[in-house]
Amino acid sequence: MIINCPICGPREAAEYSYIGDATRVRPEADNIDLNSWSDYVHQRQNPRGNHHEHWQHSGACRSILCVTRDTLSHAISGVKLVGPYSEDTK
Amino acid sequence: MSRYSAFSLFKNALSGHKNWKRAWRAPEPQKKYDVIIIGGGGHGLATAYYLAKEHGITNVAVLEKGGLGSGNIGRNTTIIRSNYMLGANTRFYEHSMKLWEGLSNDLNYNMMFSQRGLINLAHTPGQMDAFSRRGNAMLMEGVDAELIDNQEVCRRVPGLYCGQNTRFPILGGLCQPRAGTARHDAVAWGYARGADQYGVDIIEHCEVIGFIKDGDTVTGVKTNRGEIFAPKIGVSVAGNTSTVMKLAGIDKLPIESHVLQAFVSEPLKPFLNTVVTYGAGHLYISQSDKGGLVFGGDLDGYNSYAQRGNLPIFEHVAAAAVTMFPVLSRLRLLRNWGGIMDMSMDGSPIICKGPLPGLYLNAGWCYGGFKATPAAGWCFAYTIAKDQPHPLNADFTLDRFYTGHELDEGGSGPYPGHQ
Repeated sequence: MIINCPICGPREAAEYSYIGDATRVRPEADNIDLNSWSDYVHQRQNPRGNHHEHWQHSGACRSILCVTRDTLSHAISGVKLVGPYSEDTK
Repeated sequence: MSRYSAFSLFKNALSGHKNWKRAWRAPEPQKKYDVIIIGGGGHGLATAYYLAKEHGITNVAVLEKGGLGSGNIGRNTTIIRSNYMLGANTRFYEHSMKLWEGLSNDLNYNMMFSQRGLINLAHTPGQMDAFSRRGNAMLMEGVDAELIDNQEVCRRVPGLYCGQNTRFPILGGLCQPRAGTARHDAVAWGYARGADQYGVDIIEHCEVIGFIKDGDTVTGVKTNRGEIFAPKIGVSVAGNTSTVMKLAGIDKLPIESHVLQAFVSEPLKPFLNTVVTYGAGHLYISQSDKGGLVFGGDLDGYNSYAQRGNLPIFEHVAAAAVTMFPVLSRLRLLRNWGGIMDMSMDGSPIICKGPLPGLYLNAGWCYGGFKATPAAGWCFAYTIAKDQPHPLNADFTLDRFYTGHELDEGGSGPYPGHQ
């Protein structure tokens, strides 16, 4: 599996660390509803097909990426940066 | 249905083994059953068997989308153990071990169950302390455990490198003498034959494509072979749990599907007479009766529904094997394959009623489903028949993730596969 890092270019997946499901939304810090925290921590859609997931390029530039990958074929259809330098933030 | 025995083997030999009867029927699905089990793997078939045997419920259908036992029951490394630390897990897996011990006789089918022992290796004093704690926890629950030192490990496993000239020298290990291996396919076939003898319909190539609901209550399933109704429907589909439950309208579960690879080498003369796991990395290895070394290690590490793995883990696992057994360095691999694990968020299983009325769930087995097969079937059958969990699976609920009663054996948090 090769992930095309927007900063470093295409690299072998072993250079990256898997973080997991990118669709989970962290409740606001002042949210005291335990169920919504438990949903955030434990519950997953776990799709068979396209999955948005966070990977960190831990073996190189250390940026965190949002990768869209098919969990059945492992084909990657999108990679973008997340965080302060991402397209969404500019 | 005839019993298997030395006599039946002799009788059939006289006719050139051409007159053996089918071990189970291939019935057409009926319109209505008392119980439907989705998933004809080890757990589903065991559930059907114990529903019939223990609870007298024989009007049961087991629906399997592929061929019988084509999922994880045929894709594992066949290890059976009950060396857990948390009470609920220890009691459950020990019950499983006891069922394994009588299973070949119970099913009249040779499981080739071999209690050859299992040794977890320790490489640091901290690991030895953790093993002594776990061993004591096991002994207190009546499970056999033995803490052994480097010399004893070396004596029991001759091929293992026990010297000091390595990155992680072996200090000792925790042995469970009653652990072992079994013939995985025989488990599926034995339970299928046993269930079939009680009249259970095992329907292969019957894929569930939707659920029929009356309000919130699940009353039946839509399949590629028509609609089938039952007041009680058990879902026992391992790595496909999220996919099947989505059909019932359950969008999220505390489960991620991950691929775990397993490997078999070319056959060797008898070389390893126990199961050994490496403690500084992650590897478990044993030798099959055909002589091949059967081994596996970590998950590939990302969500996957592909029943095959990637090369980095392949290399990682092979490296660990050669570190432990340097004599294996020129051994060739025969086959490798992947299975889809339903990784729960605390590493422990779910056997419960719900989450919808009429529905029952058996899932979250992580990579421990094979050894659990008899007890999972036994407890799931109890839960379905009595509409309440048996004390052995009372803690394996779906709502423990909301109430703070997770059973996190590794203390590693909601990260599937992290040790």
